[in-house]
Amino acid sequence: MAVSDFPSVKLHVVTGKGGTGKTTVAGALALALAAGGRQVLLTEVEGRQGIAQLFDTPPLPYEERLVATADRGGEVYALAVDPEQALLEYLEMFYNLRRAGSALKRIGAIDFATTIAPGLRDVLLTGKVMEAATRERRGGGRLYDAVVLDAPPTGRIARFLNVNAEVAGLARMGPVRQQADSVMNLLRSRRTAVHLVTLLEEMPVQETIDGVKELTRVDLPVGGIVVNMVREAFLPPELFKPVAAGSIDTAELGRGLKSAGIDATAELVGALAAEAGDHAGRLLLEERERDELAELERPTYELPLLAEAIDTSCLYEMANRLTQQGLV
Amino acid sequence: MKSVDVDRLVDTSSIIVCCGAGGVGKTTTSAALALRAAERGRKVCVLTIDPARRLAQSMGLTELDNTPRAVSGVDGAAGGSLDAMMLDMKRTFDEIVLSHAEPQRAQQILANPFYISLSSSFAGTQEYMAMEKLGQLKATGNWDLVVVDTPPSRSALDFLDAPQRLGRFLDGRMIRMLLAPAKAGGRGVMKVFTVGLNVVTNVLTKVLGGEALRDLSLFVASLETMFGGFRERADQTYRLLKEPGTAFVVVAVPERDALREAAYFVERLAAERMPLAGLVLNRVHASAAPDLSAQRALAAAEALDQSGESALTAGVLRLHAERVLAATRDRRMAERFAGAHPAVPVVQVAAQASDVHDLDGLRQVGAELASGYDAGAPDRGRRAG
Repeated sequence: MAVSDFPSVKLHVVTGKGGTGKTTVAGALALALAAGGRQVLLTEVEGRQGIAQLFDTPPLPYEERLVATADRGGEVYALAVDPEQALLEYLEMFYNLRRAGSALKRIGAIDFATTIAPGLRDVLLTGKVMEAATRERRGGGRLYDAVVLDAPPTGRIARFLNVNAEVAGLARMGPVRQQADSVMNLLRSRRTAVHLVTLLEEMPVQETIDGVKELTRVDLPVGGIVVNMVREAFLPPELFKPVAAGSIDTAELGRGLKSAGIDATAELVGALAAEAGDHAGRLLLEERERDELAELERPTYELPLLAEAIDTSCLYEMANRLTQQGLV
Repeated sequence: MKSVDVDRLVDTSSIIVCCGAGGVGKTTTSAALALRAAERGRKVCVLTIDPARRLAQSMGLTELDNTPRAVSGVDGAAGGSLDAMMLDMKRTFDEIVLSHAEPQRAQQILANPFYISLSSSFAGTQEYMAMEKLGQLKATGNWDLVVVDTPPSRSALDFLDAPQRLGRFLDGRMIRMLLAPAKAGGRGVMKVFTVGLNVVTNVLTKVLGGEALRDLSLFVASLETMFGGFRERADQTYRLLKEPGTAFVVVAVPERDALREAAYFVERLAAERMPLAGLVLNRVHASAAPDLSAQRALAAAEALDQSGESALTAGVLRLHAERVLAATRDRRMAERFAGAHPAVPVVQVAAQASDVHDLDGLRQVGAELASGYDAGAPDRGRRAG
């Protein structure tokens, strides 16, 4: 088994453009981290209930629930962080204001505060994730070996994580600022890594490059690049260019089909050549995108395109692949 | 499966809204519909939110100046034209402030941290501003058709909910409470509110600090004078969407999550009595040789492996098997959707070998969108393969 590229990391943040399979990768990463008897918390912050759909469980409450057991005895818990609940918890924890909290909720003040106070929402969401990642002794809740955050998409990730800058206009001092500072301390440390999920397509790759730039600019630790849904190549690389350009050896194709007992009509050979041409074109494009990603000089991991819809058994397979390639 | 009469749609609608989950090709679909409408002779404006860089460049969208620009390279022989713009949400919001408040007050508002937060990161501002911009574009009367590409929301439904949510929020109880002391003049009824307000102010002061609270009151007071009935405004944009001539196009790909979102959206549009033109299913796999089954192709590939003959043919056969399986799976997904929503017309667009990033590519997508419809048999099934 490969040695982990991120041995010091406790908080794994997973982002990616919509449609790249960010939640699936976050789930697989949590399973990989849990393998061998470790406890892992998988969190989401956008109210999408993506984790529940992924593990085929009922919608998650604001509570840490066991959603899967990993290879060799580990456990994955999941939590859907809700900003209103987090604010109530925060008020209770720091000010003992539980009853006032529920009164505030009734008149809509909690909704108001979490919606409009600049950055407060993100401080609450990241704050809760930080709390879970930095728990130290029993009594303060379950202790985790690692926390995985299914984060907002690449386009918003730097702003979401850079909570200090966001609350700066709001709170120059005071408790929110302190909370933001300690969140930033964890996020900027070697205990955090932000992984980006992408496909080998133009837009997701461009967003990944922009995302890495943006994260670097605000001093947040970029982790690995996970290339998801990689197609199998049915042609050897030296044939990509000629086949894409339409010059496939149709005579060989015809002979091959015949010897395999298939009636090699000109129509069939033409159709198969066209399919091969499309495929080769796609592979060439993927090579270009792969080169662009390589310029980022970040550890890169690949997951194959699965023919079937994602179910839990696929997640274990993906977890294994991430481990073999050294992400975990 | 019913099909969509795309040419009729682009010839007769005055607003087309493309919606769906993120990453399903909404922007490309919007641009392709707009281009087709323009080349069929209509004056069209397409409002995009977040186009791929090369697609944006091909449409001349190189600067974010929040005004529509003519797209060059469009065939105007039929008398049509195409303008395109990329939405700048903050700028659109700032423009509302500038047009409603006196200059000095406007500057105060624009600098307020709560305003900055609301205008740049409130979940829903982008959707609201897209609608606001749509309203503005329609009001100019410059275009026969405006095509809107909706924001990449966390869920497709945000787009319908956000304008009202923002309206409700700005018109809400909390805002009124914060304003109450100024207006109440010590009347008894308001006393309850004032007590409540004290609790709120205390907590907010504790959490945010006193300075933030002063910023907040200033912001709330500005909103009051400036926007009056924010909700009314949201309702207005909502009504615009129900007008005859508006058509919604739901965009999806044949994958479970995207189709689930599409199904929610279709049901929601029906519940709101909003006019749905149909579902565009992008990236549908098809095989050029559907008569050679996947099983047969795989068996032949294995036979070739064993005899050591033509690795090329074996590879091509495996590729073919994969494509046939993908096509079958996609067709099953489409049929399942059609079975659950028999009244919704569906048009399928084949998976492209490369990304679309020029007008020719858009033209091809437009032609493919339109080709699925057979005027003589609107209910014919597409069961090729």
